[in-house]
Amino acid sequence: MIALVHRLLSLSASGLISLSVAILFSGCRQNVIIIPTEEEQHGEKQNTEIAGFYLLNEGNMGSNKSTLDYYDYTTAIYSRNIYAEANPNVPKELGDVGNDLKIYGGRLYAVINCSNKVEVLDARTCKRIGQVDISNCRYITFDGKYAYVSSYAGPVSLDASHAQIGYVARFDTATLQIDATCLVGYQPDELAVVDGQLYVANSGGYMAPDYDSTVSVIDRTTFKEKRRIVVAKNLWRVRTDSQGLLWVSSRGDYYDTPAKLYCIDPAAGSVIDSISIAVSAMDIVGDSLYACATAWDYINYKDVVTYSIINTRTREVVSTRFITDGTETQIQKPYGIKVHPLTRDIYVTDAKNYVNPGQLHCYSSDGVLQWSVRTGDIPAQITFLTK
Amino acid sequence: MKYSLVFILFLVVCITGEVMAVPSVADDVLDSIVRQFSIDEVEVTARRREEPVIPVQKLEGARLAGLSTQSVADAARYFSGVQIKDYGGVGGMKTIDVRSMGTNHLGVFYDGIEIGNAQNGTVDLGKFSMDNIEELALYNGQKSEIFQPAKDYGSAGTLYIKTRRPRFTDGKNYNLSITMKAGTFGLANPSILYEQKLTDNIHLSASGEYTYAHGRYHFRYRKVLPSGAVAWDTTAVRQNGDVQAGRAEVGLFGYLPEGKWHIKGYYYQSEKGIPGAIVNNVWTNSQRQWDRNAFVQGNYTQRVTKGYDVQVNAKYSNDRMRYLNPDTTLMYIDNTFTQQEIYLSMAHRLAVVGVKGLVPHHDVNWDVSLSADWQWNYLDGNLANFVYPERNTVLAAAATQLYWKYLKAQASVLGTFIFDKIHQPTLATPTAYKQKPQFTPAVFVSYQPILREELFLRAYYKRIFRMPTFNDLYYTDVGNISLLPEYTTQYDGGVQYDKCWQEGACRAVSVKVDGYFNQVKNKIVAIPKGNGQYRWQMMNLGYVEIRGCDVNASTTLDLTHDVLLTIAAAYTYQKAQDLTDPNEMTYGGQIAYIPWHSGSATVNLLWCGLSVNYAFIYVGERYHNSANIPANHEQPWYTHDMSISYDMLIRQKSKADSRKSDCSPRLHFAIEINNMLNQQYDVILNYPMPGINGKGIVRLTI
Repeated sequence: MIALVHRLLSLSASGLISLSVAILFSGCRQNVIIIPTEEEQHGEKQNTEIAGFYLLNEGNMGSNKSTLDYYDYTTAIYSRNIYAEANPNVPKELGDVGNDLKIYGGRLYAVINCSNKVEVLDARTCKRIGQVDISNCRYITFDGKYAYVSSYAGPVSLDASHAQIGYVARFDTATLQIDATCLVGYQPDELAVVDGQLYVANSGGYMAPDYDSTVSVIDRTTFKEKRRIVVAKNLWRVRTDSQGLLWVSSRGDYYDTPAKLYCIDPAAGSVIDSISIAVSAMDIVGDSLYACATAWDYINYKDVVTYSIINTRTREVVSTRFITDGTETQIQKPYGIKVHPLTRDIYVTDAKNYVNPGQLHCYSSDGVLQWSVRTGDIPAQITFLTK
Repeated sequence: MKYSLVFILFLVVCITGEVMAVPSVADDVLDSIVRQFSIDEVEVTARRREEPVIPVQKLEGARLAGLSTQSVADAARYFSGVQIKDYGGVGGMKTIDVRSMGTNHLGVFYDGIEIGNAQNGTVDLGKFSMDNIEELALYNGQKSEIFQPAKDYGSAGTLYIKTRRPRFTDGKNYNLSITMKAGTFGLANPSILYEQKLTDNIHLSASGEYTYAHGRYHFRYRKVLPSGAVAWDTTAVRQNGDVQAGRAEVGLFGYLPEGKWHIKGYYYQSEKGIPGAIVNNVWTNSQRQWDRNAFVQGNYTQRVTKGYDVQVNAKYSNDRMRYLNPDTTLMYIDNTFTQQEIYLSMAHRLAVVGVKGLVPHHDVNWDVSLSADWQWNYLDGNLANFVYPERNTVLAAAATQLYWKYLKAQASVLGTFIFDKIHQPTLATPTAYKQKPQFTPAVFVSYQPILREELFLRAYYKRIFRMPTFNDLYYTDVGNISLLPEYTTQYDGGVQYDKCWQEGACRAVSVKVDGYFNQVKNKIVAIPKGNGQYRWQMMNLGYVEIRGCDVNASTTLDLTHDVLLTIAAAYTYQKAQDLTDPNEMTYGGQIAYIPWHSGSATVNLLWCGLSVNYAFIYVGERYHNSANIPANHEQPWYTHDMSISYDMLIRQKSKADSRKSDCSPRLHFAIEINNMLNQQYDVILNYPMPGINGKGIVRLTI
């Protein structure tokens, strides 16, 4: 018995030795290498006017994991996480919670919400040109030489409500200097320019359940808020269609007021139509508005996912199923949508549980899955790069 | 790292030479020497140490004194099977996770009664100072004792924090000890402990402490190119990590012919900054938190008749937490939550067979016990749509313990009955929710195959659960009233070998090895919901399997007649797999922040009043998500800490006297240097930990 004990002891001792040796060779702290770009081949090469697209991954709040991916149509290569390699000298990389991504005048603008900045990159090389500091910035749009960025970080009322008014910052895309700001409603989100006027959707998200329900109209020349259009609670997305109408999504209040989509005639300054569908992401190509949404079902405790196509001329839902091969079941949480303007291929991102890496799915114009790729965390915004 | 490797090899040499000891045995040897110099050492008991059925890890006596520990969390890092979540700094939140089952599965007991947090289930161990703590004990499964409240059976693992009990020697009827600690981060930490013998049978203990730290420290993030050239290298100062905290405790200890009682009052108040995550373009944050914790608790234990003992425990606690985000560029938040708890417990033990049992027997000891607890919790808050949850918990436990020659066995079953009520402001009457009654068993067996050898083979099985917290169930928008409890099942098999010698260089050796398999079912996780950003919902989704091995080894060497060297090491291997969804890439991945390899080693050298201590902690590579991809990889981290302390008597009557006298005033000096190699590391992604830091301690004891 004693012999057995000794044997056991020497066995565990030799186990410990091998473990220590393992720690010796693998367990030391290494220099942390910037995360390299990973490349994967997906889909067929395409030769059109569109060179590729960028995808902005939000990254969960506090994780500092907002990353940029790029798909090149000429090589059919998907490059994951390209920012750090293109800009190895930027401390803490792209930043925390990427919220919006657009290309304008050969430059790529990434609005990084929790890093309080708009990152400005060369659209071809992805090299950093500079940044514009805007606290709690949300979305960006452009007109002429200016960029317009919505922000939640306006002045705070001194009464007990602590209501925080939002603003739109205007900066010169040449100098990257903010030259004016304009106060709008509470917690402004997306914005769009139509006929020299800027339309901003005010959400009031910090004031739940007393959400804002207006679109602010800003005159481009005076850069002053001219009026408000009352739409519905908790507004989010604002897009223009081919006829110059505005499509505005309302998130509802998550309880009694459901999410809905509204159509505004900017010339009349009023709501002309509404469609009873939830929209969390949308993209308008031609006369088609592609939308996807997740709405929480309090009875079954799960998300109800909807996909739809709306004809912007007839303002009717023409399809509630643009993924036609049944592969939509692979999508846990549709989060972003983008349609190729020429091929009409549909790109849908899956944010999964916000913590695990997401996925991007490419569907043909008739809704058949072409390819899927792993992205960064919470893939959200896609923007196309023309040749 | 070189140093630590040399050290590991040194340890390995020790182990191959079969020189190991139970820390507790080693401490007894130490105590007999140390005790002459300090009253702060543990009581040396004459009784033969009964090896418990359930393995325990303890930190006490000289070993505990030698570790540089500001809070209970710092000390708990030395246990095997434990992973710490540390957000950095003096005021940063620190919690521990035992055997990867999750922070909420650890029960934390302060002087015998559990510290609750009905709101979110998390007990911040960083708030508990080590100043007046004399023992920390960690049990996997449950405490090896059947004469205890039903609550003590109710967690997957339990940490017992034991404060100092008054002891009076040489006819003294009071003890006074005044301590001042000061160090980096602007730390100033005076404390006082006073003990008075009121009567022969009633002792009073009072202690107080104030902690201030500005909490600023340099941290550095650095990345390199694949070529090795520096990509970027940034040093900044951690801001908003200041803390101010006060603690006051009063205890009365009573001794009766066949019983004892204990009453304690505790008050803690703090204000601190929440330093937050360091992300691109954000190097400082401004959120604040205020805490106030107060409780009164008591225990009364009495032998009623031969073989029959009863104990009663009671507690009332009132905790308030205020969180403020004053940064107006973000959402303004000023929330205050107050929670109250009332706890009553009664436990009975009947010694049926045994030396002191109803049926006298020399070889067999058979005890049975029955305990019943009632607990009431209420949470008040100033959130919109708050539902003011209230919970009544009834716990009933039956347990039995059998000692028969070389076999020890213990079995228990716990019944849990929970009744919740929520008070929606819009409804006139509260809504009641009755949770499904739960019955959870545990079985522990230990076998000693050889009479004269302290070799034990043991195994246990335990099934237990944690209830969803008030936040999980009822938090505005996030809570989910249909949540089920989160279950854990543990299977453990282990072997322990101890040996002591009265003479020779090697005085004690101990080796403990445990292998285990745990399952966590219905794991409560937050999932995003609906079309709003960052709107979450709690769900029973996760399933985790943990396969692990804990190894503890220690030895005490008597180098010359007065120099004692104690070496202790702990090593943990864990494979903790996320098996939630086979269709996800996370399937089979190691869960967030659990390293495969981790361990600690401590060396304590004692010579007369001089004590030199070295401590090494190692946490291997991890991933911050169960998708084990390079983007989620976290580097290993390891720290080397060193402390030197010296105890001296102020008045020496004579040389011979000085070694014996326990009541002479004495001074204790200590210098601690932590993270000596100035490693820059994160335990939690984007929460930088301090580099090299130090502390000086002076204590006057009269």
